[in-house]
Amino acid sequence: MDVIEVDIAIVGAGGAGLRAAIAAAEADSSLTLALISKVYPMRSHTVAAEGGAAGVIKDNDSLDNHFNDTVSGGDWLCDQDAVELFVNTAPLELLQLEHWGCPWSREAGGKVAVRPFGGMKIERTWYAADKTGFHILHTLFQTSLKYPSIRRFDEYYSTDLIVEDGRCTGVIAIEMRSGRMVAFRAKAVVIATGGAGRVFPFTTNGAIKTGDGMAMAYRAGVPLKDMEFIQYHPTGLPGTGILITEGSRGEGGILVNKDGYRYLQDYNLGPPDPWPRKKAMELGPRDRLSQAFWHEQQKGRTIKTAQGDVVYLDIRQLGEKKIRERLPMVRELAQAYVGVDPVHAMIPVRPVVHYTMGGIHTDIDTATSLPGLFAAGECACVSINGANRLGSNSLAEIVVFGARAGREATAFAKANPKSGAGGKAGAAAQERLRELFGREGGNDTVSGLRKAMNDAMETGAGIYRSEDTLQKTCSILADLRARYRKVQLQDRSNVFNTDLIQTFELGCMLDVASAMAHSALQRKESRGSHQRLEYPGRDDVNYLKHSLASYRGDEPPSIDYCDVVITKSQPAERVYGGAAT
Amino acid sequence: MSETIALEVLRYNPETDNEPSFQSYTVPYKDEWVVLDALNHIKDNLDATLSYRWSCHMAVCGSCGMTINNEPKLSCHTFLRDYRGGVIRVEPLDHFPIERDLVIVMDSFMDKLSSVKPYLIPKEDKPLSTGEYLQSPGELQAFHQYTQCINCMLCYAACPQVGLNEDFVGPAALALAHRYNLDSRDAGRNARAEIVASNEGIWECTFVGACSQVCPKNVDPAAAIQQTKISASVDWLKDLLTPRAHR
Amino acid sequence: MSPRPYVRKIQRSWWLHHPRYVVYMIRELTCLFVGLYCAMLVVGLVRLAQGQAAWDAFLAALCSPLVVILQLVCLVFAIYHSVTWFALTPKAMPLMIKDEPVPGSVIVGAHYVGWAAVSIVVLIAAGM
Repeated sequence: MDVIEVDIAIVGAGGAGLRAAIAAAEADSSLTLALISKVYPMRSHTVAAEGGAAGVIKDNDSLDNHFNDTVSGGDWLCDQDAVELFVNTAPLELLQLEHWGCPWSREAGGKVAVRPFGGMKIERTWYAADKTGFHILHTLFQTSLKYPSIRRFDEYYSTDLIVEDGRCTGVIAIEMRSGRMVAFRAKAVVIATGGAGRVFPFTTNGAIKTGDGMAMAYRAGVPLKDMEFIQYHPTGLPGTGILITEGSRGEGGILVNKDGYRYLQDYNLGPPDPWPRKKAMELGPRDRLSQAFWHEQQKGRTIKTAQGDVVYLDIRQLGEKKIRERLPMVRELAQAYVGVDPVHAMIPVRPVVHYTMGGIHTDIDTATSLPGLFAAGECACVSINGANRLGSNSLAEIVVFGARAGREATAFAKANPKSGAGGKAGAAAQERLRELFGREGGNDTVSGLRKAMNDAMETGAGIYRSEDTLQKTCSILADLRARYRKVQLQDRSNVFNTDLIQTFELGCMLDVASAMAHSALQRKESRGSHQRLEYPGRDDVNYLKHSLASYRGDEPPSIDYCDVVITKSQPAERVYGGAAT
Repeated sequence: MSETIALEVLRYNPETDNEPSFQSYTVPYKDEWVVLDALNHIKDNLDATLSYRWSCHMAVCGSCGMTINNEPKLSCHTFLRDYRGGVIRVEPLDHFPIERDLVIVMDSFMDKLSSVKPYLIPKEDKPLSTGEYLQSPGELQAFHQYTQCINCMLCYAACPQVGLNEDFVGPAALALAHRYNLDSRDAGRNARAEIVASNEGIWECTFVGACSQVCPKNVDPAAAIQQTKISASVDWLKDLLTPRAHR
Repeated sequence: MSPRPYVRKIQRSWWLHHPRYVVYMIRELTCLFVGLYCAMLVVGLVRLAQGQAAWDAFLAALCSPLVVILQLVCLVFAIYHSVTWFALTPKAMPLMIKDEPVPGSVIVGAHYVGWAAVSIVVLIAAGM
């Protein structure tokens, strides 16, 4: 197997991965960096994020406010030391993006503008029209081109971590254009591979969000934390799941059911006040809004369409000029994909899976329990998002912790020269590939197993869960994982074999889904985005803890718990809308 | 018997084929489906060996550029309803080598993009402690349209000069250079001029205009290039008439 | 196994493969006729310098049916050249007045006005 020696290997070239690479390159330009991604960096899913990135810069705001909004938004499952670090660092990182050319939208006087966003009592969301993720990603990618020490390996699919003597010393990857396997030997590895929304059938996430990095770390013995917390974004387009940004509600959009009624006021989010919108109903946190949809659906007050039940997002009252300036992409998407011009008609929307709060367990410095392995971004769980993430915290999170991971990995690499030969991991991976190519006699297809997994997750581990539905899902997943071991390739070629890649991705998704479902089964309370029908309240006595799912091979994961770091903010009731102070 | 629609897809496997050839498929017709949905249906149900790039399904990642009925398009933004009753012919983007099926080799594009120094080159170092560069909404508007490029390469497929001269830097790269040149925070026009104002840069362009016609994001790279021709010419004239204080 | 990408060679007839390229080539072709007419004008200047007889012979030659047709063809191509040129000017010279973009139609319109003005001057000078 070909071996490529570098100082630091970064897997994933989205916002967090690119930021980590730039931070490492700036910390020490003499170190060689491999930036490994299964897609070209501009295709990373950061590109699809729309609404904005949160950072305190205005006089009417304070770091404490951002801290409190985030901690309560996360239903007190956030590690408060990490949140404190996050809110302190976010403004600097967003400013750094501005200095690198990010085209933030501006106030009349030329300063960066901010807009209201869900669950935030004071507006602090920096935005670049309604394509903030796109602009952040392109700014980071284009900036990364300045650093010669960043060597990119585009369209390399990473399959395994190399672990020697209890330390992570590299990663094995397949060069997609040739099918050959390569071992990247590194002194430090950063995983920044994003979330796993494709485990579910209706999602805003692109094809690539299959939890590959989470699975790699998981299989190498690193626990996955808080996997039961999966965010449904309240406004995705029916059918495609395409995201309609929270920004449309931030600008003044409202949600109505089939009677034209602003139903959120029935769920402790009201009153239905007009402008100004900071504590407005439709800007409640995403978990509450998605849960309200589920209740409306049970009551038969949603609208039936060919692509399932929907409610309506109405932004007509914003007027054509404001829509053109602030929400042009929303208009384009609605027109193209549901044939609706939001200037004149209401947009059909429904909750769709959007974000994975859980992920690779890391500490506040992005380090995992495996020395030499770091993780940042959606694939990681520090945790700053707790049981529910506030909109616009994720784009800020990726640069804050991406930069941190880059610096920490650099420090680790300099302090720990490499050892070991890496031969064993390489040999095992190669043998597995050979076996996969030679397998015959399977009855299942990758697409068939994937669909079964999607259905099981949506049915049993959706917005509302119960013991029965979760048990059923867990056993379906166990069955699917067993059948996966026998699934055969339909494409046995070497050049850009996407059947092979999808097979690997399915394996990652099944492992991640299993962690999600089992973690959900064990958490017998309702908190944030994890709602149990039979345990409707929050149980701070038993469950003010992070879940930790540990890989047990073909067996279900073992679920343990660890404490949440509580410093300044004691758990209280989450109050939104007019009732909030 | 529900409605169907026919696709002809250009296939190529370098390990078994000497040259590409078309393969026919029949997929369900659905009003709301795009060509990408049809390809996914083929891969999931009919032929898992079909390879193509895609991700976001919302025309923002730029992965899924293909030639559809002789026109460069994003397959996630090309609706079956516009081809109802006919045959949809799907091929990889023109002017790039075919790696496999609908996947092209895009190394040259990535190199060209990097070559124009597509990053902010400010006049002087500005510490973060001084806050943001002030930029008025008008100044942002001046370059905003050129920031919209999703690197989908439809413009390279449409541009005959890209096809005729493989060294031509190309529309997207030149539009990106223009984006930075127009950014009020940037001072890098001279630094970019070596590649941008070279024979393989703007001067290879003969304003065919096909790039802007096919651009799914209305970036208008043709406009960017013609404007750069004027500014480059003015720069050249200024250099001629006044001695440059620095190199 | 090293991959073997397939390179599709561009054909000489590339411009026939899509209507937009045919239109482009016609636009490019106009320069031949504009150039041809310029050449005729240069010949006229030379004949003028050679004296009355030469000039009269030149004018007579211009009136022959074949040359009249040629001049009409040149005129059509010159007009097409100008029309397509004017249509593209807003792209090359976007104008902003007080932070608002000047509409393309205004820029194009200004070119037509300028063309008309120059044409009137030339026609008056020609004694018509």
